[in-house]
Amino acid sequence: MQGFLLRRTGQALVTILGVVTLIFFVQRLTGDPTYLLVPETATKADVEALRHALGFDRPLLVQYLDFLADLARFDLGQSVVQRVPVLTIIASRLPYTLMLAAGALVVACGIGVPMGILLAVFRDRPIAKAASGIVLAAQSMPTFWSGILMILVFSVLLGWLPPSSTGDFSHLIMPSFALGLLSMATFARITRSALLDELSKDYARTARSRGVRTGRLLLRHVARNASIPLITVAALEISNLLAGAVIVETVFAWPGIGQVTVQAILARDFMIVQGVVLMGAFVTVLLNLLSDVLYSIIDPRIVLEGTR
Amino acid sequence: MSAVASPLPRPRRQLPLRRWWPVAIIALVVLAAILAPWLAPYDPNAQNLAGRLKPPGTVSRSFHYWLGSDELGRDLLSRIIHGARVSLIVAFASVILSGTVGTVLGMIAGYRRGLVETAVMRVVDIFLSIPAVLLAIITVAVLGPSLVNVIMVLALTRWPRYARVAYSQTLSVATMPYVRLAALMGAGSGRILFRHILPNIIGGVSVVATLEFGLMVLFEAGLSFLGLGVQPPTASWGAMLSTGRNYVATAWWAATLPGLCLFVLVLAVNLTGDAVRDRLDPRFR
Repeated sequence: MQGFLLRRTGQALVTILGVVTLIFFVQRLTGDPTYLLVPETATKADVEALRHALGFDRPLLVQYLDFLADLARFDLGQSVVQRVPVLTIIASRLPYTLMLAAGALVVACGIGVPMGILLAVFRDRPIAKAASGIVLAAQSMPTFWSGILMILVFSVLLGWLPPSSTGDFSHLIMPSFALGLLSMATFARITRSALLDELSKDYARTARSRGVRTGRLLLRHVARNASIPLITVAALEISNLLAGAVIVETVFAWPGIGQVTVQAILARDFMIVQGVVLMGAFVTVLLNLLSDVLYSIIDPRIVLEGTR
Repeated sequence: MSAVASPLPRPRRQLPLRRWWPVAIIALVVLAAILAPWLAPYDPNAQNLAGRLKPPGTVSRSFHYWLGSDELGRDLLSRIIHGARVSLIVAFASVILSGTVGTVLGMIAGYRRGLVETAVMRVVDIFLSIPAVLLAIITVAVLGPSLVNVIMVLALTRWPRYARVAYSQTLSVATMPYVRLAALMGAGSGRILFRHILPNIIGGVSVVATLEFGLMVLFEAGLSFLGLGVQPPTASWGAMLSTGRNYVATAWWAATLPGLCLFVLVLAVNLTGDAVRDRLDPRFR
């Protein structure tokens, strides 16, 4: 078990190093990152001064090592426009995005998993056909469009929910649904196929032939085995939700990280954009690691498989 | 989770596709995009400030707004027809680019094994651990927004998906007797990869490609929505939604109709993708 954890953690660290390297090179795709940081009105002397101040005139290897050293100290640099450390800006907005992601996850799991069970248990019946239509529609719905439609219906026409910004719980409802719908479709599909796989196995058939009722069969026999693919998807979906927040937060003027990112792009504040992307990647790697650990708890055979 | 454990196979369908209407919708959009200059009743960028945000059916000066007008009095129908071009060009080009790069790299990794395999698959893991939307955003922020850059960025962010599929399928195909025989008879790596392996993995790759196509339409619209896609005044569904949403309380059509087009197109592509998958890859259901 310890060896397994150690190996997976090592892999995660290598991936993070790779992500950081990738971002470093993306930053230099056009040759000189200084131009990303200066306003469009800057003179040549301004550019020169900033390039020297930020060390972009040093050899590439030195810049790269410096970049790594900064990140190792959790230093994401300073916002060029606001003159505030990027980490401070992200930390002040993160709670809002987490709240939104949590709400979306509740929507996604709360609707998606029961929907998937419905699809698997009532296969080919009208109720499952209707459910699969809903899943497919949710999957094809652009988040920004569903968000606008909800504002149109529930805020403009009916006046039930506030159209934007934060406040009490009612502000969270529409953004959560807009963000969660796409993941809901994924959860439903995965739940369905995982359940169908497990239900067709010998142990499930045996249990059924001994007269175990469907509810008990699902809860006591199948749930644990079917949860493994669900955990993988949950890990992936949480990082997708964080990325999707960029658009949903723009639609609903939700003051989270996504809104900051979009504002930073418009203001040419590249350091913030870079900080958010790095954070998103770290979170993704971390969640994948976490899901690996969870697997090994749910299904001990996985640890053994790795040590062959 | 193995193929053996799946329930009884259903009888194979005779027709290649279960439903015809998704294909018809895609054909319609493609046709609209190709014939846009002739189909669109007006120039998509022609402004008419007297006819700003007019509801569908309004007549103002020389314009007859079948689907209403936007905030500059431009004809929404003409802009939607022209917007189909951007969506389709970006989706086609990025799927072909990322599909080619990903498939070739995945095949080489799966056939060569060893160091190449480790290198390629590690890079794939790294790319897949950055949320694609964020990677696209930062790359466009560096390169600057334009049609070509959006295509490049989507290709850059999506090739690992194909590489994974091509890699795992190549691994199993490469052990087949006919591939070994070809190698024994002196066929070079290039010949083996493209003549013997590629035809056998192309099914799996095209399943990914059709599902990715819908996603690319959404990605393009998302980037345009954030102002990182095709630049104004070029009509793009995502950009139209973005400006239209400012008038959602007074002019519902400006944002709703381009969004409806996006939704219908992506729905049709996803339905077709599912059908292609059922057809080519019986392991998924």
